[in-house]
Amino acid sequence: MTDLFSKFDDLIAMREGLLSTGVTDPFNLVMEKVESPTVAICNGRRTILLGTYNYMGMTFDPDVIAAGKKALDEFGSGTTGSRVLNGTYVGHRAVEDALKDFYAMDHAMVFSTGYQANLGIISTVAGKGDYVILDIDSHASIYDGCAMGNAEIVPFRHNDIEALEKRLKRVPEGAGKLVVLEGVYSMLGDIAPLKEMIAVSKANGAMVLVDEAHSMGFIGEHGRGVAEAQGVIDDVDFIIGTFSKSVGTVGGFCVSNHRKFEILRLVCRPYVYTASLPPSVVATAATSIRKLLDSKAKRDHLWENSKRLHAGLRQLGFTLGTDEPQSAIIAVIMPDLETGAAMWEALLKEGLYVNLARPPATPAGMTLLRCSLCAEHSSEQVEEILGMFAAAGRATGCT
Amino acid sequence: MTDRDTAYSNILALIEPFNKKGVEIQPDTRFAQDLEWDSLTVMDFVASVEDEFDILISMNRAAEIETVDQLVDAVRQLKGER
Repeated sequence: MTDLFSKFDDLIAMREGLLSTGVTDPFNLVMEKVESPTVAICNGRRTILLGTYNYMGMTFDPDVIAAGKKALDEFGSGTTGSRVLNGTYVGHRAVEDALKDFYAMDHAMVFSTGYQANLGIISTVAGKGDYVILDIDSHASIYDGCAMGNAEIVPFRHNDIEALEKRLKRVPEGAGKLVVLEGVYSMLGDIAPLKEMIAVSKANGAMVLVDEAHSMGFIGEHGRGVAEAQGVIDDVDFIIGTFSKSVGTVGGFCVSNHRKFEILRLVCRPYVYTASLPPSVVATAATSIRKLLDSKAKRDHLWENSKRLHAGLRQLGFTLGTDEPQSAIIAVIMPDLETGAAMWEALLKEGLYVNLARPPATPAGMTLLRCSLCAEHSSEQVEEILGMFAAAGRATGCT
Repeated sequence: MTDRDTAYSNILALIEPFNKKGVEIQPDTRFAQDLEWDSLTVMDFVASVEDEFDILISMNRAAEIETVDQLVDAVRQLKGER
C-alpha cells in the first residue's frame, strides 16, 4: 500500500528538525485567557497581542457584545441551514444592509468566511474561456477560487502595472476578463497602485475585483479601503472583505453595484452549500460595521501606532517589508526560518505575540515576523513593544 | 535554422539566468525535477517566456508543461493561435 501521507514527509522532517532545537512550536500557541483586544494570557504569561488583525479593536466593544448576547438569546446558537433555505434570519439581512450603507453600494452578499467569499465569487464569476489576471502575491483564497473555477489563470508580477497591461492586451479577442487585486497585501503590508491598475484594466475591458480585507475600517475617508483612498472605488466591480479583521468576528462578504449581482445567491456554490453564520455573529458584525462608519479618532490613533512602530523598529536596526508604513501591518524580515523561530520565541518570552510567517504563505521564500497593530494599543504599549523587540533582538543576535 | 530551432535557442537563453545549478539543458530536461525550480521560480520564468514571445501561458497550461521540448511546442502553438 502506498502511504498517501508520504507526500508530506519533507514538511514533517523540516518541522521535526526545527522543534528538535527546543524552540516553542510557533504554530501551536494556545491563548488561555483573552483580557482585551490587545492582551491575552499565553503559557500563564500576560502577553501583548501584535498579530491578530484586530485592527479596530472591536472584539470587546460593549455594544458589539451586547448585540451578540441579545441575538443568542432571541435566535439561538445557530441557523443549521443554507442562506437559500432556512439560514437567512433578519440578522443576515441587517448585516447586508449595514455593508451596503458602509460601502454606499447597491448589493451585499455575506458568506460564512472571507475565504469562502473569494472562493465563491472568483470561481463563479469567471467561467470556462474567461481569463482571471491576478497579482502573483495574491492570498491563498484567491488562488483557490481560481483553482476551483474553469477560467484561464494568468498571474503577473507583484504590483507591476506594465506586466498587468501586457497580459491584458494578450487575452484573445472577445474573452471575458477579471482582474483580481488586493488593497493591502497582508505579508509585507504594502498597498497596491490601484488607481493605475484599475485604469489599465478598464481601458482593456476587464472587470475588477479588489480584496480589501486588510484595509476595511481605517484606510480611506470612510474606511472603505485603498480603492477609496486612491479615488477609484466607483470603478471597482466587486469588493471582497471579511468580518474577521477590523469587524472583529468571523464571516466574509462581497459588495457590488452590478445590476445582476443578486443572481449569484443561486449559482455560487460556497454560498449555497454551507450553513449560514450564527445569529450572534451577524448581530455582532452589523453592530461593529455601523460603529466603524464613525470612528475617525480610532483610525487616526491606529495610523500613529503604525508610524511609531515602523520608525522604532527601523531605529533598532530591523529590516522591514516597506520603506514607509503603508498599512497597519509591519513585517520584520528575518534572514531564515531558524532565526525567525528563535526571535519569535524570544518575543513570546518577553510577553509579545507576533505572527511567524514562512513560505509558501510569504513571497520570495521570506521568513517574516508579521506585526499587526490595533487602534486599542496605547502609545505606552507601542513603546513597551519596541522595548521587547530590542531585548529579543539582543538575546538572539538579530540586531 | 528552422522556426522551431529558433524558438528552442530563445528558450535556452531564457532558462540561463534561472539555471542556478548549472544543469546542462537537453530537450527532455524537466523544469521541476531536473532544474529543481520551485513554484515561484517557475512563475518568474513563465513571465519571461510570455514577454519574449508576446503570448499568455496560463497556470492551467503551464501545469501541463514538464520539459523544455514541451515548452517549445506550447510556445509555437500559442504563437500560432494569435
